[in-house]
Amino acid sequence: MGSRASTLLREEEIEEIKKETGFSHSQITRLYSRFTSLDKGENGTLSREDFQRIPELAINPLGDRIINAFFPDGEDQVNFRGFMRTLAHFRPVEDNEKNKNLSNTEPLNSRTNKLHFAFQLYDLDRDDKISRDELLQVLEKVDVEQKMSIRFLH
Amino acid sequence: MLPLGLALLLLTAAAAADPRGTAAPAALARLAAEDPAGGAAHEERGGEHHHGGGYRVVQWEWSYVQTPYIIAVWLLLASAAKILFHFSQRFTTVVPESCMLILLGLVLGGVVLIASKKQLYQLEPALFFLFLLPTIVGDAGYFMPARLFFDNLGAILMYAVVGTLWNAFCTGFCLYAAKLLGVIDGRVQADLMDFLLFGALISAVDPVAVLAVFEEVHINEMLFIIVFGESLLNDAVTVVLYKVYISFVEVGPENVQTADYFKGVASFLIVSIGGTLVGLVFAVLLGFITRFTKKVRIIEPLFVFLLVYLAYLTAELFSLSAILSMTFCGIGANKYVEANISQKSRTTVKYTMKTLASIAETIIFIFLGISAVDKSKWAWDTGLVSCTLVFIFVFRAVGVVGQTWVLNRFRLVPLEKIDQVVMSYGGLRGAVAFALVVLLDAEKVKAKDYFVATTIVVVFFTVMFQGLTIKPLVKWLKVPRSTNRKPTINEEIHERAFDHILTAVEDIAGLQGYHHWRDKWEQFDKNYLSKLLLRKSVYRKSELWEAYQKINIRDAISVIDQGGNVLTSARLSLPSMASRASFPEVTNVTNYLRENGSGVCLDLQVIDNVPGAKVEEDTETHHVLAGNLYKPRRRYQSHYSRHFMPLGEQERQDREVFQRNMRRRMETFKSTRYKRHKKERSLKKRRGSDVKEEGGDKPRRNVSWQDKDPVVVPVEPEVDKAEHSDPEKEEDVGITFVARKAETPKQRPKSVPAALEVCPSPPAEPGPPPGGDNHLPWKGSVGSPPPCVSLEATKIIPVDLQQAWNQSISSLESVSSPPAPPEAVHPRVSALFRLGGPRPASYTPPGSVAGSTTSIAAQVLQSSFCFPEKKKKTNLEEDDEEEEMGGGASQEMRPLMSPSKIPGALPPPPPPPPPGSGRRRNPCVYLRSLVAAPPPGSTEPPSRGPTQL
Repeated sequence: MGSRASTLLREEEIEEIKKETGFSHSQITRLYSRFTSLDKGENGTLSREDFQRIPELAINPLGDRIINAFFPDGEDQVNFRGFMRTLAHFRPVEDNEKNKNLSNTEPLNSRTNKLHFAFQLYDLDRDDKISRDELLQVLEKVDVEQKMSIRFLH
Repeated sequence: MLPLGLALLLLTAAAAADPRGTAAPAALARLAAEDPAGGAAHEERGGEHHHGGGYRVVQWEWSYVQTPYIIAVWLLLASAAKILFHFSQRFTTVVPESCMLILLGLVLGGVVLIASKKQLYQLEPALFFLFLLPTIVGDAGYFMPARLFFDNLGAILMYAVVGTLWNAFCTGFCLYAAKLLGVIDGRVQADLMDFLLFGALISAVDPVAVLAVFEEVHINEMLFIIVFGESLLNDAVTVVLYKVYISFVEVGPENVQTADYFKGVASFLIVSIGGTLVGLVFAVLLGFITRFTKKVRIIEPLFVFLLVYLAYLTAELFSLSAILSMTFCGIGANKYVEANISQKSRTTVKYTMKTLASIAETIIFIFLGISAVDKSKWAWDTGLVSCTLVFIFVFRAVGVVGQTWVLNRFRLVPLEKIDQVVMSYGGLRGAVAFALVVLLDAEKVKAKDYFVATTIVVVFFTVMFQGLTIKPLVKWLKVPRSTNRKPTINEEIHERAFDHILTAVEDIAGLQGYHHWRDKWEQFDKNYLSKLLLRKSVYRKSELWEAYQKINIRDAISVIDQGGNVLTSARLSLPSMASRASFPEVTNVTNYLRENGSGVCLDLQVIDNVPGAKVEEDTETHHVLAGNLYKPRRRYQSHYSRHFMPLGEQERQDREVFQRNMRRRMETFKSTRYKRHKKERSLKKRRGSDVKEEGGDKPRRNVSWQDKDPVVVPVEPEVDKAEHSDPEKEEDVGITFVARKAETPKQRPKSVPAALEVCPSPPAEPGPPPGGDNHLPWKGSVGSPPPCVSLEATKIIPVDLQQAWNQSISSLESVSSPPAPPEAVHPRVSALFRLGGPRPASYTPPGSVAGSTTSIAAQVLQSSFCFPEKKKKTNLEEDDEEEEMGGGASQEMRPLMSPSKIPGALPPPPPPPPPGSGRRRNPCVYLRSLVAAPPPGSTEPPSRGPTQL
């Protein structure tokens, strides 16, 4: 499977993704195979349904929220580049000097970008503000006990 | 105190030094003169005792009590020593307790040695492994912060397994090399296997020492858990290495076959995994048993101790890793046991475990000190000792740095250099090594004495020198300390949210990582384990709720303690209010109320107390006394029971004081109201149903009390009052809440009002108004029951409770209103009575006629002037009727229905309670004027949202 995936992925594409996200070559090929295995429609993009098919995600209280994060601008398809871009937020923060050498733009896994990503998880209507309701909506999903504790905070 | 302590020590030493029981100081000298090994002589003397003078009034039965006596005295000594050490605060902050204990042990050992010429006591391996170690490990395992432990499990396992193996081999080989090089004296008859054996037992970091030293250093939790976890988990490695080498030494190194090495590896797997499994099995067993201890709460703690200890013994029985077994038993069972057993049992378990562990630790260190003072152990070889010290330190440091380098490639939070220094320096050796080395067979291991001496030195050096210096070191390196702060709920929630997010991302990326497995485990735990191991009631009840209950009770009691009527509005708006409201299980609240007797269930009759003429002073004195100089007057059966714990005196008193105070307050309000409403009341009484109805509404008003107070700008109400001199203002605040709710129905979560209502929260009441008139109970009307609410009385069925409560509340609310002119009241009342059914429109106050809620203050003023009493009452009635319609179950959810109610209020009144319909509006009007004086129609400020719950 892995070999097939890597053949489907062109080298220059891998290079570009590497540059953009900082993933290593092997990570990219591995994630690509994951991507293709999720892609039931086999059209090179993932839809929300593809994500929702992951059984663990279905029981995750914040699953929907995460899935939303893969569709930044209200699209309903995400290609491999977008997929990797989102995942890149979860790479560990690297030393600053190293990043500067790699590129001038801020890497996706920088502290700021991570925070921005986390912020977006809460910002449901994408108006760059977290309203009280939005906050509650996210937190209330955490689970029952937590829900009560949220009320406890009032 | 000091001389006393010294005397005690001497006496103990004397008693300890004398195995045959002549504990008197004079006997000591005699003993020294005698042949110490006189078992037979003892027999003889014992015989003399009995035959000598016929019947003896007092007999000396030392031999009978000897063993337990000595143990008890040792325990006493150890505890007293602890007290002494903690006399000087400055001293204990510098010198760790373990050091002091070892020093004390040295002194004691010296005393014993001088007294009996031979060291009678040493740290017996059997005693240590079977009793002392388990108490410490049990405590450590049971109270292990599980999350932290498993978060760092990778690092812990790495250090415990790889690190210990590295230390053991390197130390062993290097010592052998030193021997070959001639650094170690030739008298030390040991070859490679002996040194490897020694290396194995000396290389393991010791949990007892680590605990003792690190607990005082307060380094950050992560560092602590790594070092401590390592010290616990390396047990398997130590045990296996120790056993393997012993067998190798026994058969002789030349006979060891290759297969034996593989057997060693297999043995390691079996010992570690087997030990863990045994522990987990016992954890499940423990959880399962505590599920059924509801009727025998008193032995709950015993189960915990027994099963955890059995886990240890069982592992020991199969020569598995006992420490691993016990640790995992503790970690595994903790969650379920804590949830299952009662609060008191929890405290008992905690205290007993801590007590035992603390005393065991003390004894271990004292005995280590004593063991050192023993001529037979002084087989000193400078080369061996210094080489060992250097090697263990160097290899520890090298091992830590190397492993950390590997680990940091995988760790999200890398271990800094400072951490590595502390970890290297914190590699303390202790009693485990000592006990293991003492266990060696001197026949097979020729150099045992040298090893023992070296071990003692190593242990002393690490515990005393490193223990003493690690604190300054940590300070100097500015190692992050433990904050000792509990994470806020906010933090916990977000952490939880992050867990979910990370799990989701791992799932998407198809990575079966840590979060993935933890999530899997949590699912498994939720779906199967919790159902199996948790009591049903617990399973549904949340910890949070329990905590909340506790807080509330404490609040209530403290409020009462402060004199009863110092309730401020701030107090009323306890943060718990919201949470109470949020708790969905209404029935629980009711039960809780009932069980814990908040004292709200007043007999209806009490309300009818006719206030006679009384001296005000009398009243005041009585109430002050009743509130503050209270002695439980209820007779409790003070029967002794082995199975049930009677309520503590204090608790009982608190409860009664609480009940009584609440009761008093109720009465105060009632009586005040009574004056004004005498007639109304009597009317109502005759119409029995009405009374009930009246009760229904009150809680809501209660709610409004609570909610309003913290929010309302205080000035405005005051102003209003002053302007209008409207007696009804305060009273009506409550009612207004209902109306307001209608305006902002969305904001309130469903569960809120219900809970609020059922749980009227005694502390929520405002203090009696200064003008309020108090009854003297003994002067009450004939028929009135004694004012004290007995415990039994509180066990009324919920409906009753509610009614009573409501009633009391209603009276409470009316208190503050000064007596209205009788004319105003009476006509209305009579009218009401007369009409019974629909009321003529003329009765509706002018304010309500206006209809629109926005038109306000003036109307309010008017209406209130005219019909202060009525309005309220009718309002009540109406609400009640609506509630009645709602039915029993929905009664609790009453506030929920308010939104639906409100629309009706504005346009045409609902049919069934005609009289009230018109008036209903007034409350909201009042509210307006009170709360947001000028722009009443506008919706409330958003900030009010939360409190409105």
